[in-house]
Amino acid sequence: MKEIIREMICIVCPNGCRLTVDDSGEIGGYQCERGLGYARDETVNPTRVLTSTVRVIGGVHRRCPVKTDRPVPKGLLMKAMERVNAVELTAPVECGQIILGNLLGTESNLVTTREIGRAKEIISEAQAP
Amino acid sequence: MDRDVAIIGCGIVGAAVAYELAHCELDVEVIEKENDVAMGTSRANSAILHAGYDPAPGTLMAKLNVEGLELAKKLCGELNIPFRECGSMVIAFTEEEVEELKRLYERGVQNGVSGMRLLSGREALKAEPNLNGETRAALLALSAAIVSPWEYALSLAENAVANGVKIRFDSEVTGIDRLEGGFAVHTASGTVSARCVVNAAGLNAERIHNCVAAPSFSTLPDRGEYFLLDKSEGHCVEHVIFQCPTKVGKGTLVSPTVHGNLIVGPNNETPRDASDTATTRQGLDDVAHMAKKSVPSLNIRESIRNFAGVRAATDVDDFIIRHVDDTPGFIDLAGVKSPGLTAAPAIAKMTVALLRECGLNPVEKALWTTVPRPRRFSEMDADEKRRLLARDSSYGRVICRCETVTEGEIRDALRSVIPPRSVDGVKRRCGTGMGRCQGGFCAPRVVDLLARHYGVSPVRIPQDRSGMYLLTGETKTGEALECTI
Amino acid sequence: MYDLIVVGGGPAGLAAARAAAEEGLQKILIAERDGEPGGILNQCIHNGFGLHYFKEELTGPEYALRFVRMIQKTQVEMKLDTMVLDVRPDLTVSMIGRAEGYQVHEARSVVLAMGCRERTRGALAIPGARPAGILTAGTAQRYVNVEGYMVGRRVVILGSGDIGLIMARRMTLEGAKVLACVEIMPYSGGLARNIAQCLHDNDIPLYLSHTLVDIRGRDRVEGVTAAKVDDLKNPVPGTEFTLDCDTILLSVGLIPENELTRKAGISMDERTRGAYVFDNMETTTPGIFACGNVVHVHDLVDYVTLEGERAGRAAAAYVNGGCGSADARTIALRADGDVSYTVPQYLRLSGEDAGSVPVFFRVRRNIVEGTVVVRDGDEKVAAFTRKHMSPGEMERIALPLRLLGRVRAGELSITVEKVAS
Repeated sequence: MKEIIREMICIVCPNGCRLTVDDSGEIGGYQCERGLGYARDETVNPTRVLTSTVRVIGGVHRRCPVKTDRPVPKGLLMKAMERVNAVELTAPVECGQIILGNLLGTESNLVTTREIGRAKEIISEAQAP
Repeated sequence: MDRDVAIIGCGIVGAAVAYELAHCELDVEVIEKENDVAMGTSRANSAILHAGYDPAPGTLMAKLNVEGLELAKKLCGELNIPFRECGSMVIAFTEEEVEELKRLYERGVQNGVSGMRLLSGREALKAEPNLNGETRAALLALSAAIVSPWEYALSLAENAVANGVKIRFDSEVTGIDRLEGGFAVHTASGTVSARCVVNAAGLNAERIHNCVAAPSFSTLPDRGEYFLLDKSEGHCVEHVIFQCPTKVGKGTLVSPTVHGNLIVGPNNETPRDASDTATTRQGLDDVAHMAKKSVPSLNIRESIRNFAGVRAATDVDDFIIRHVDDTPGFIDLAGVKSPGLTAAPAIAKMTVALLRECGLNPVEKALWTTVPRPRRFSEMDADEKRRLLARDSSYGRVICRCETVTEGEIRDALRSVIPPRSVDGVKRRCGTGMGRCQGGFCAPRVVDLLARHYGVSPVRIPQDRSGMYLLTGETKTGEALECTI
Repeated sequence: MYDLIVVGGGPAGLAAARAAAEEGLQKILIAERDGEPGGILNQCIHNGFGLHYFKEELTGPEYALRFVRMIQKTQVEMKLDTMVLDVRPDLTVSMIGRAEGYQVHEARSVVLAMGCRERTRGALAIPGARPAGILTAGTAQRYVNVEGYMVGRRVVILGSGDIGLIMARRMTLEGAKVLACVEIMPYSGGLARNIAQCLHDNDIPLYLSHTLVDIRGRDRVEGVTAAKVDDLKNPVPGTEFTLDCDTILLSVGLIPENELTRKAGISMDERTRGAYVFDNMETTTPGIFACGNVVHVHDLVDYVTLEGERAGRAAAAYVNGGCGSADARTIALRADGDVSYTVPQYLRLSGEDAGSVPVFFRVRRNIVEGTVVVRDGDEKVAAFTRKHMSPGEMERIALPLRLLGRVRAGELSITVEKVAS
C-alpha cells in the first residue's frame, strides 16, 4: 500500500487540480501533462513567475508592472524583489521591454507588462513623510 | 485680549453660535480640537429636525426645540442646506402605547408644536404602506424634517468665517487661565485670550468647564449605532418613523435621508469613553431587530455603512445653557443631546443674550456676505450640466462614480472658505464616497487631488482626523538603479 | 446615430465592440469612465489571464493591451474619461466627458459592460471601531500596483476572494507581513490555485469558518479579534484570538454595478444582481445587451471576453435585423437545489438552432464527483459530470440546441446531483 506523502494544488491553470505524490514518487490527480510537469517540478525545484512593479519617472503612472518571462526558483523570489525594487525607468515605456536580463543568473528576464505614456504635466516624485 | 469671544468646539452648537456672533461687530475665534467642523456628535446622529412634542414642557429642551426648528428651516433655505420637511410618525402597537401617543400629543400642544394629528392604524398604513400591519395608531407631526447635519454645521461655520470669525483647527484645549477681564485658553496650537468663553465642546464640555470652575455636572456618554442603507431602499418610508419613546431615548427610528438613503437606528448603550464610536455585533443586531418591528420588510442586506455616534448627555436631564457660577464671562452650552441639532440656532440666540449679560455689547454689522452651499453636479438638470461643462471641463471628470461627483466640485471645495483637509472632509462637502462602494473607487483619486492641492505626498493625507493616515509609505524604496533600455 | 454604444471599456466592453465590428457594424462607440481602456485588468498585474482564450499565460495589463490593439485596428471610436449618466429604453445615452462635455447620443443598440464593484465593510456590518486602515482588496491593489503606495505593514485579509488572495502575495512581496486570511465560509471564495500560490507559498494561515468579531484602534487599526463561527455563522464564544495588525483588506465579494441598468427599467435577477438575459445576452429591453461582470461575477476574464463577444455579435445581428425572430420560443432556465443561479436565465429558440449555448452557474457548496442534471419536467434531458465544483469557481455547461427543440415545458431545471461513490 503506497502512502500519499504530499498533496498540492496545481497552479498551472485555473482548474486547480488536487495533485498527490506518494512515497514511491508517483504523481496522481492531474488532468493534463502540464499538471504532471508542475508536480514533478514542485517536488524537485519549485518555480514561480514573479510579478511586481518598478518605478517610472515622468509617466502618466508612477509605477510600471513587470514580470519574469519565465518562472524563477521560489527560493529566489525575495532576492529577485530586491533587484526589482531598485529599477527606475523613464517614460515612455513600451510593453514587453526587457529591463533586467538573466535575473540572478536564472536565465529569466524581467520585462514590462504595460505601456506607460509620458505625463503631460510632470508628476514630481512625492517626498517621503 | 485677542478676542471678544472664544468658542470652544465647532460642532453644530459652536458653529451656530459663531454664525450668530458673526453678525455682530465682535472679534470671535472658534477653537476646534479636530481638523474639520462637526467631527463629534454633530456628524453621527439621526439627522432629524424634531417637531418638539417629546421634551417635557417647561424645559429648555422643549422651548429651544420648537424655536430652533423654525430657525433651522429658515437657515437651511437661505444657505441651500439639504433638508426636507417630510414629517414624522410615532407608531403605537399596544393600548398603552396608544395612550402614550395621546400624552405626546398633549405635550406637543403645551410645547407649542403645530401640525400634529393622531392617526388610526389604517390611516398610518395608508400613508406608510411598509409599516408593520399591527400598527394601531400613529402621531403624525408634519413639522418634523430631515437635514444633512454635517453640511448644516459646515455651512454655518463657513458663513461665520466669511464674515470675519476666525477658526483654528487641530487645537485641543489643554488648559484655561482666568485673566483680569477675561481668559487665556491654551491650545495645542497656542494660546487665545478672550473676554468671554463659550463652552460648546460637546462630549468634552465637562472637562472644559472643570478647567476654570468647580465641577457642576458630569457627562454620561450614550452611544447609538446605525445602519445606512443603499439608495435603492431610500423610499421604504417617506416619514421619519419612530417607535414610542422609552426612558432612555426616542427609540429606534427608520427614516429617509436628504441624500436619498435610508437611516436605521439608534440603540442606547454605554461606550468605554466619549470617543468610543465602535459598533458592536450585539448592538447592530438589536438595531436591526428593533427597526424591523416598525418596518418588517426592511432590507438590512442593502446596508452600505454602519456607524455609531456618542450623545453628549449629562446627569442633568436638560440642556445646560448658563453662566458658570463665580466665573463671569464663561458660558456653558453643555448636555446638548437630542434635540440639540434642532435647537442649535435657538441655543445660539440665547447665547448672544447671555453674552450681553456678561457686558459684551454686540452691535449688528452693516455688511453681511452669504455663502450658500454650492449646488452639486448630481442635483442639476441636463441644461445646467451642459452649461457648467461648457464653462469648465473639470466638471466632466467624474471622481466618484456612485454619487457622480466631479473633479470641478472638489476643486471648488478646496478653494472654499473652510477647505477640506482629509478624504472624509471632501466627502462631507462633495459627497464622494457616500455611495455604495464607500470610496473604494474614488478614494485614491481624492487622495491624489488633496496631495496636489496641498503640495504634499499622498502618504500625508489622512482618511479623516489628523493622524488617520491611509498609506504607510511608498513601494520600491530601494536605492534607485537607473535602467537604460 | 451610433449603431452600437458600449458602456464600459473593460474586457467585456472591448470584446463586445470588437465582435460587433467584425460583424460589420460601422459606427461603434465605447464610453469608458477611466483615462485608459482595460478596466480593472490594468491593476491586476499578476499572471494567469488568457489561458483559455489565448492559450498562454498573460498578466492583466497584457491581456487588456491585446484587446486595445485589436480595437485600434477597427473603426471603433473610444471616448475616455467619459461617464455614462443615463441609458434610456429608447436607446438614447447621455454622458459627460472632460473633452466633449455633456452629450446625448442615439444608438441602434447598447451593450452594458460596467463591471462590478467590491462589497464593503458596511455591507457586512463588521463591528468595531472605524480607524483608517480598513479597505477593500481592490482599492489596495490600485494603491500598491498603480499608484505605488503601501497601504499597511501588518495585514489581515478578511474573506478569501481572489483579489484578497492575490493581494496577500503582493503585500508580502512588497515587504508587508500578512498575518492571516479569515474566511467565514467553510470553503474559500477564491480559486484553488490562488490559495496555493498566494497563501501556501507565503505560509499565510487560512482560517476557514472564522470571522472578525472586533476591530480596535482610534486613528489607525491596532488589532482585530477573530473567532470561529458555527454552522449559522455565529461566533463561537471562547474561540477568540487576536491578531496584531495595522491593516484589514476586505475580499468579501463583488457586486455587479447595475445602477444604469436599474434606471433604464431593465428587469433584474436578485440572485446574480445583474439583468435577466437571453442566450444572446439581450436584456428584457430590446436592443440593450449586457455582458461580463455586470451580468454576473465571473472568475476568469477569458469567459468575460467570450460573453462580450456573444453580446457584440448579437447587438450586430439586432441592428442588422436578424435577431429575435417573432416565432422564437422562450424557455426559462430554473436553478434548483445546489445551483444558485444560471446565466442566461432564458433561452430563445427559433427551431432551426444548431450548436450549443453555454450556460454559466455557481454551486452553493463544495461538491466532489457531481453531476449537473438538466430536466424537462421529470425527464432528464442532459447530464454533465464534474470531478469537483466549488462556490468560488464558475461552472459552465454547453447545452446542445438540438436537445432543446424537444423541450415540452416552458422551463428547464438545472440541479447538481452527487455521483454515488
